[in-house]
Amino acid sequence: MDWTALTLSLELAGWTILILLPVSVLAGRWLAYGRFRAKGLIEALVMLPLVLPPTVFGFYLLLAFGRNSPIGSFWNGLSGHQLVFSFEGLVMASVIFNLPFAIQPAQRGFEAIPVEVREAAACCGMRPWRALWKVDLPLAWPGLMTAMVLTFAHTLGEFGIVLMVGGSIPGETRTIAIAIYDRVQGFDMAGAGIMSAVLVAISFVAIAITYGLSSRIGRRLT
Amino acid sequence: MAVHIKRVPMMKRRIVLALAACLSCNVALSARADAPPLIAAASDLKFAVEAIAAAFAAETGQEVSLTFGSTGILTTQIRQGAPFELLMAADETFVQQLQADGLTRDAGSLYAQGRLVIIAPHGSALQADANLDALAAMLDAGGMSRFAIANPDHAPYGLRAQEALMHRGLWDRVQPYLVLGENVSQAAQFALSGNAEGGIIAYSLALAPEVGALGTYALIPADWHAPLLQRMVLLKDAGPVAEDFYDYLQAPAAREIMERYGFVLPQG
Repeated sequence: MDWTALTLSLELAGWTILILLPVSVLAGRWLAYGRFRAKGLIEALVMLPLVLPPTVFGFYLLLAFGRNSPIGSFWNGLSGHQLVFSFEGLVMASVIFNLPFAIQPAQRGFEAIPVEVREAAACCGMRPWRALWKVDLPLAWPGLMTAMVLTFAHTLGEFGIVLMVGGSIPGETRTIAIAIYDRVQGFDMAGAGIMSAVLVAISFVAIAITYGLSSRIGRRLT
Repeated sequence: MAVHIKRVPMMKRRIVLALAACLSCNVALSARADAPPLIAAASDLKFAVEAIAAAFAAETGQEVSLTFGSTGILTTQIRQGAPFELLMAADETFVQQLQADGLTRDAGSLYAQGRLVIIAPHGSALQADANLDALAAMLDAGGMSRFAIANPDHAPYGLRAQEALMHRGLWDRVQPYLVLGENVSQAAQFALSGNAEGGIIAYSLALAPEVGALGTYALIPADWHAPLLQRMVLLKDAGPVAEDFYDYLQAPAAREIMERYGFVLPQG
C-alpha cells in the first residue's frame, strides 16, 4: 500500500473540490437560470472534457502548461518553478477536467428550483446574494453535493491526463491511480490489488451517496 | 460602540485566518523543497537500484526518491523540466543529447552494460534458448499468440531487442505478434502475465526473484545487438544528496549489487 500516493490523491481531490465548489455554484446557477444565445455552446464546452480522450486532453494541457506557453511562463515568473510535473499543475489540470462533473449536477440542482420560488424571493425584496444563500443553496444542495462527490471520486481515478501532465513523481504527482499502474509493472500484484480495492470502495461509496442525493433533488418542494 | 469595537478584531481575525490559509497552502505546495531528491532510472534498474537505494539509506541515513520509466520518456520529461536530479539511462546516447542541450552537469559516467534475455513463462509452449531457435521454430509452425518487447521508439531495451531479432532474421515474422511495453519492466510483465508466449527483456529484471520465478530465460548473445551502454549523469539542479548517491553508485557496495543483477561493470 502506497500511503504517499493515497495521501497525494486525497490532497489533489481536496484542492479540486475546494476550487470547484464556488465555480460550480456560480456557473451552475448561471447556466440554470440564464437565458442567452450562447448557452448551448457554453454547456457543450463544459461537457467537452467528458468525451475527449484523456490523452488528447492531456496533450493540450501539456502544451498549455509548458514552460514556453503563456500560462507556463506566467506561473514560472510567479512561483519560481514550473507547472508541468508539479502538484500545482496537477491541481489546475484536475480543475479543468472535472468541470463537467462539478458544473452539470450543480446546474441540475438549481434547475430543480421552481421559477415561482425564485420570483417570490425577488418579490419579497431579497437581494440576489441573499436569495442565493437563503433560497437557492438550501434547495440546490443535493445537486452541489453530488457535484463534489463525483469530482472527488473522479479525481482519485483519473489516469491518462495525470500521467501526461504530471509524470510519476513520488510525493508530487504519483497519484494512487498511477501508483497502481507502477506496481503492476513492477510485479507487485499484491500492492496493486490492495490499492485497487481501496479505490473500488471509495468509488462505491461515492456512487451510493450520489444516488441517495439525486433522489432528494427537488424533494422538499413536492 | 461596543459592537463596533468587537467587530474590528473579528475582521482582523478573518484577515489573519485568510492569510494563514494562504500561507499553509503555500507551505503544502512547496513541501517538495526538503523532500528526498528525485532520481530518474531506466526500468531495467527497477530491482537493482531499489536495492542500492535501500543500502544507501541504511548506510548514510539519506533517502532518494526513485521514478522508473523508459529512458526515452524520462529524457523527454527532463527536457520539459521535470525536477529530476540524476538520470540513470539505459543507453548513453540519451545522456549525450541532454548534455549537448546543456541540461546536465557534465558528461556523467558509464555505470554498467546491460544484457538481453529471452524469457518464457512457465507453461508456455515456447522454450527460452539463447539462439532463439525455439522462437524461430514456433514462428514457422504457428501457435504464437503474443511476444513482448519494450517499445523500440523510446525504450533502449526495446530497440536492442529489435536489433537482436533482426540479426536473427526473425523481426519481420515476429512483428505481427509483438506487444509493446511502455518500458522494459512492463514488457516483462506482459511477457510473464500468462497472456503471451514470452518476450525479450533485461537480464537484470530476470535475475530479480519476483520476475525470474515466473519463467525460464536464456541470455541472448551480446554481439547480436549494439551494446547497452548505461550512463548516468547529474542534472543541472542536482543537490548534495543526489551527488552523494551518484558517488555511492560507483562505490564497491553498489557495484556488488549491480553485478548481482547481471550487469557488466566498467573498470572502476
